[in-house]
Amino acid sequence: MKTVITASGNSVDTQFDKRFGRAAWFCVLDEDTNETLFFDNANISASNGAGTKAAEKMVELGVKKVISGDFGPKAKDLLDKFDIQMVIIQDDDLAVKDIIKKIKH
Amino acid sequence: MPRRRRLRKIVAPPGFKGYKPYGITHVSKEPVELLYEEYEAIKLADYDLLNHEEAANLMGISRPTFARIYESARRKIAKALVETREIKTVYGNAIMDKSWFVCNDCNSRFTIPKTMDKKQCALCASSNIELINKQ
Repeated sequence: MKTVITASGNSVDTQFDKRFGRAAWFCVLDEDTNETLFFDNANISASNGAGTKAAEKMVELGVKKVISGDFGPKAKDLLDKFDIQMVIIQDDDLAVKDIIKKIKH
Repeated sequence: MPRRRRLRKIVAPPGFKGYKPYGITHVSKEPVELLYEEYEAIKLADYDLLNHEEAANLMGISRPTFARIYESARRKIAKALVETREIKTVYGNAIMDKSWFVCNDCNSRFTIPKTMDKKQCALCASSNIELINKQ
């Protein structure tokens, strides 16, 4: 199963990004093989619709779970429609690898 | 008798209990009470940059009602700034969006899509979860 974690850089040591539509990078974690892939966010400086575009990207990547700090109303609607689970974490100082560790216990 | 108040849907409560001015000379004025739905109106209109129509739909109220709540929210914030009062958030006539759960072990919030039958935390797999819905 694929999970996306929003990240501020392209490695697991970087901080988790609390924004969804304007996250710098998306870390795609395959929960079965533990592999991570990083995609940069093309819509980071879009004036509007960043959340929608990011949500479309999630659908395209076929992920089942998205972990971020907040979801805008449009992104939430879209992710709901495609049955993608949303997870909100409000801790500030987490690195991507900490979150991966949490998922894996 | 006035018509009953429709509950205003909000996605999440504000992440703070209040705001306090600092560097002021006189203290202990009555705080300004900002309702959850007023906070949500400011968030939708000025942070998520939705127009009033879309925002009203999300909160399950009419556009004029949304405009009224938004107006009242702005006035309260302006009042707090000008009169150097504290802002306190209070519950008001809000209802949390039903689809969110909170995990009591790791404090994360998450949704459970209908294709998923496991009722457990998406992060730490704890089953100590509950719906975010205070009503």
